[in-house]
Amino acid sequence: MNPEQPGAPEPPEGEERGRPIGRRVLLGTLGLGALGVVTAPTLQRGLESFLAGASDKDPTGLTGLLPNGGGFRYYSVTSSVPRRSATDYRLTVDGLVDRPHSYTLADLRALPQTRLVRDVQCVTGWRVPATPFEGVPLSRLLDAAGVRPGAGAVRFTCFDGAYSESLTLDQARRSDVLVALRMRDQDIGHAHGGPARLYVAPMYFYKSAKWLSGITVTRDVRPGYWEERGYEVDAWVGRSNGRDDDPTA
Amino acid sequence: MRSTPGSADRTDATMTPPHDAARAATEVRRFTPAARHVHRATAALTGVCVATAACLYIPQFAELVGRRELVVRVHEWAGLALPVPALAGLVSGAFRRDLGHLNRFGPHDRTWLRAVLRRDRRPGSRPAGKFNAGQKIYASWFAGATLVMLGTGLLMWFTHLTPLRWRTSATFVHDWLALTLGIVLAGHIGMALADPEARHGLRRGTVSREWAEREHPLWRP
Repeated sequence: MNPEQPGAPEPPEGEERGRPIGRRVLLGTLGLGALGVVTAPTLQRGLESFLAGASDKDPTGLTGLLPNGGGFRYYSVTSSVPRRSATDYRLTVDGLVDRPHSYTLADLRALPQTRLVRDVQCVTGWRVPATPFEGVPLSRLLDAAGVRPGAGAVRFTCFDGAYSESLTLDQARRSDVLVALRMRDQDIGHAHGGPARLYVAPMYFYKSAKWLSGITVTRDVRPGYWEERGYEVDAWVGRSNGRDDDPTA
Repeated sequence: MRSTPGSADRTDATMTPPHDAARAATEVRRFTPAARHVHRATAALTGVCVATAACLYIPQFAELVGRRELVVRVHEWAGLALPVPALAGLVSGAFRRDLGHLNRFGPHDRTWLRAVLRRDRRPGSRPAGKFNAGQKIYASWFAGATLVMLGTGLLMWFTHLTPLRWRTSATFVHDWLALTLGIVLAGHIGMALADPEARHGLRRGTVSREWAEREHPLWRP
């Protein structure tokens, strides 16, 4: 942005002597960007409430494409995820337990179900209000397997082949932690982690591992996929990952 | 138009076929190879940023592509490299002079902008030098917006260097500016598609004298 070229023969073009508006536009854009970062918390609250209202009445679904426009986002860490149906889905419970077991989808459906309606909060910012989840309380599966003394944590693995998560045993036994089979009062589809996913209501949504296939009781907490990449293991909404969202449970 | 020793200027008319020689007489040089390479490299990197951003944000693309970790890495490095072509281009005097043209606004630029606001499409009412006022504002805004994207992107990338609260704010600005940039870029590409001679200028470096006199009457090539 330096038009002064000592020694360079300039063509006698009138605009060469003009005002440096371009530089001001550039610096102004930078300044607005910085101002945006400073005022973001206020702006974001206003926009989110406006867009959440708009997306409720939006038949086109276009508001879902706007940043923080409401609705779920699809995140997968692998290139493709195999599909599992009622015939070939299995959920194994093993590790430091007396009675390891492998559940079919029908087995899980036959157990008493719990329905919770809470907000879903993603660590990247989006929040979906009042989303019903329904499934088997994790504590029930742990009790059925008989957790051995010395166990301190539960590790979750997924049939996408890559994702993993962990909870302490105390966290895993909370009544608002489910192996969810239904979401928004429908069977959970493949894109949302079906046929069964973990649902950890009080934590950021990366804890709610999709495509759940394995529950292993362990001695210590092992960081999960995103936790090895910088996210916190104890992912309480509003009290971790440097965020101050309203708690979801 | 100056040329440096060894540059591939069209200096030897006997080496060119008659048709090209005839074309050369009616053409004017608009961009040097350096400027064209800067534009091409910036466009390619921007394309990678937009494509990877689409795979991170738009659910349908995200479902199609997955591989979130890899897509994030490609997006980060393409974004980091985005200012490099323009910075490297600064070694070229011609490119620096182009930046000077983009920076300086004269009275005719005000006339041009007023004509746009009045939707006056007559070439006579839209005076322009080498770049018209719209191109100047676009270039300056795009440069500023790129740096804002780079800054907010770095805040999101290296979360442990700054107070963690900043990441949310940076994400907010990054998201909305990305949407704005996408719309403005679509306009930029749309205008290029509507003007083959302007594209020829960036592809081959030359434009017809007739086009230059119509679109950029105050430009003295």
